[in-house]
Amino acid sequence: MDLTEFLIKTATIFVVFVLTLVIAMYSTWGERKVAGFIQDRMGPNRAGPGGLLQPLADAGKMFFKEDFIPALANKWLFIAGPSLAMLTALLASAVIPFGSTFRINGHEVALQGVESNIGILYVFGVVALGVYGIMVGGWASNNKFSLLGAIRAASQNISYEVAMGLSLIAILMMSSSLSLGEIVAQQHGGNWNIFYQPLGFIIFITCSFAECNRVPFDLPECETELVGGYHTEYGSMKLGFYLFAEYINMFISSAIISVLYFGGYNYPGMDWVYTQLTQAFGPETGHNAATLIGTVVFFGKALFFIFFYMWVRWTIPRFRYDQLMNLGWKKLIPLAIFNIIITGAAVLFLKPLVTAWLN
Amino acid sequence: MQLTNRSKQVSNKEMTLMERAYLPAIATGLAITIKHFFAKKVTIQYPEVKRYLGPVFRGRHILKRDEDGRERCTACGLCAVACPAEAIQIVAAEREKGEEELYREEKYAAVYEVNMLRCIFCGLCEEACPKQAVYLRHDEFVPVFAERDQVIWGKDLLVEDMTNRYTREAWTKEEARALDLKKASGEVTNVVPRAIP
Repeated sequence: MDLTEFLIKTATIFVVFVLTLVIAMYSTWGERKVAGFIQDRMGPNRAGPGGLLQPLADAGKMFFKEDFIPALANKWLFIAGPSLAMLTALLASAVIPFGSTFRINGHEVALQGVESNIGILYVFGVVALGVYGIMVGGWASNNKFSLLGAIRAASQNISYEVAMGLSLIAILMMSSSLSLGEIVAQQHGGNWNIFYQPLGFIIFITCSFAECNRVPFDLPECETELVGGYHTEYGSMKLGFYLFAEYINMFISSAIISVLYFGGYNYPGMDWVYTQLTQAFGPETGHNAATLIGTVVFFGKALFFIFFYMWVRWTIPRFRYDQLMNLGWKKLIPLAIFNIIITGAAVLFLKPLVTAWLN
Repeated sequence: MQLTNRSKQVSNKEMTLMERAYLPAIATGLAITIKHFFAKKVTIQYPEVKRYLGPVFRGRHILKRDEDGRERCTACGLCAVACPAEAIQIVAAEREKGEEELYREEKYAAVYEVNMLRCIFCGLCEEACPKQAVYLRHDEFVPVFAERDQVIWGKDLLVEDMTNRYTREAWTKEEARALDLKKASGEVTNVVPRAIP
């Protein structure tokens, strides 16, 4: 890896990092706006035009609140909890392909932090580590309610990770690749996985709701039962980190959903646009413009799913904890296994038939 | 016994497969909420937009003058007696010679104070007043105050400003009701607000 390549990679990772933070920041504004709109209200509109400065105001308020650590809490772990939550949330964005490639002076730069051939495994590994943020925070608080909340959140996350992983196996069987870039590339030309894996998609999106601790599975935040769940003892920016990590997770999982099931940066009529642009602006600028459109499309999809998260939040009431576990273990996991069998059968028997018929 | 026509017979029979799958119900719910997303918002942007409160709304107090600019209040104290919150304090004084253009009656309120923290805006002072002197404005709230010495309002704040007289279309509930009926039937279209004579 020469110096230019290294610098380009660093710049890409930095851009991805900043984009993730900005989108997460404005998700908090979007959440309140969507909540307002769905409830026939206006939402925040005082701080700046349309309330656009609201995230800054919120952050300012958070920073100036008292930063309190309980006397008997484990101080290091108490600080480590929210940091871990934030860290794991941010790590996952590194492997998401935001677009195809940029051509700069003969360099082919992938719009992806790291093009890894085990991208999806990496995402799962990092997301699984997110449980530590919750568990460590809940334990370090030295508070029974926090601990119970943390245990609950952790068991919820782990339970739904099983079903999520199983629903994903079907995708991997079809694409026979673990690389996110490769999975997106294979969905080129309208072959979006949603058409082949509707059941898998439903399981996956349900599980990602649970993974992000979003309504209807937002049991870790349970004012009525466990005071405040795992972050009962947290205040100031430490609480802010937990909440912010939730929004980052939401963006990451929206991006993953659009990558895995909705073709990432692919859109209908992509090839036609590509040829038009390369003819008009030449192979380099045209290619870059086409990539840019793809990236915009990708962000459109990801933002739609963020909106979908909020839309569901203001529609469905919270599940009860036993219902949550029932759904996860007794319904989603068997369904996911069923989906794997169906997909396996289709890949083994149906695909050769279809290819033979097409040829 | 049926109290409303919306009551439903509750049953605890097993849910069908369709119901247990939740998804159709969730889709219905999502359709309902997205309709509200695009619906007209009911919010009134308060400091910029103020809602019309109607002619019988009871806002901040005013001590009326008559058309010659004389204070109508005769310090009879009926408002203070009628006040259930005991918010009104009056000190009466006798009108001297040469003050006839200041006070309408021979006795007047030298001090008329309303404690804005005690007042419950019930409007009983309006009804008790035989001289039609005290009213609760229908178009203005009591402004927000943050200091204790702003709580008690004296005559400087209460007595009407003759250059900017307080007027309204109807002066009693009965008048307001009659006016509303006339407006509804189209009998009256343009009402001129008038100050009380």
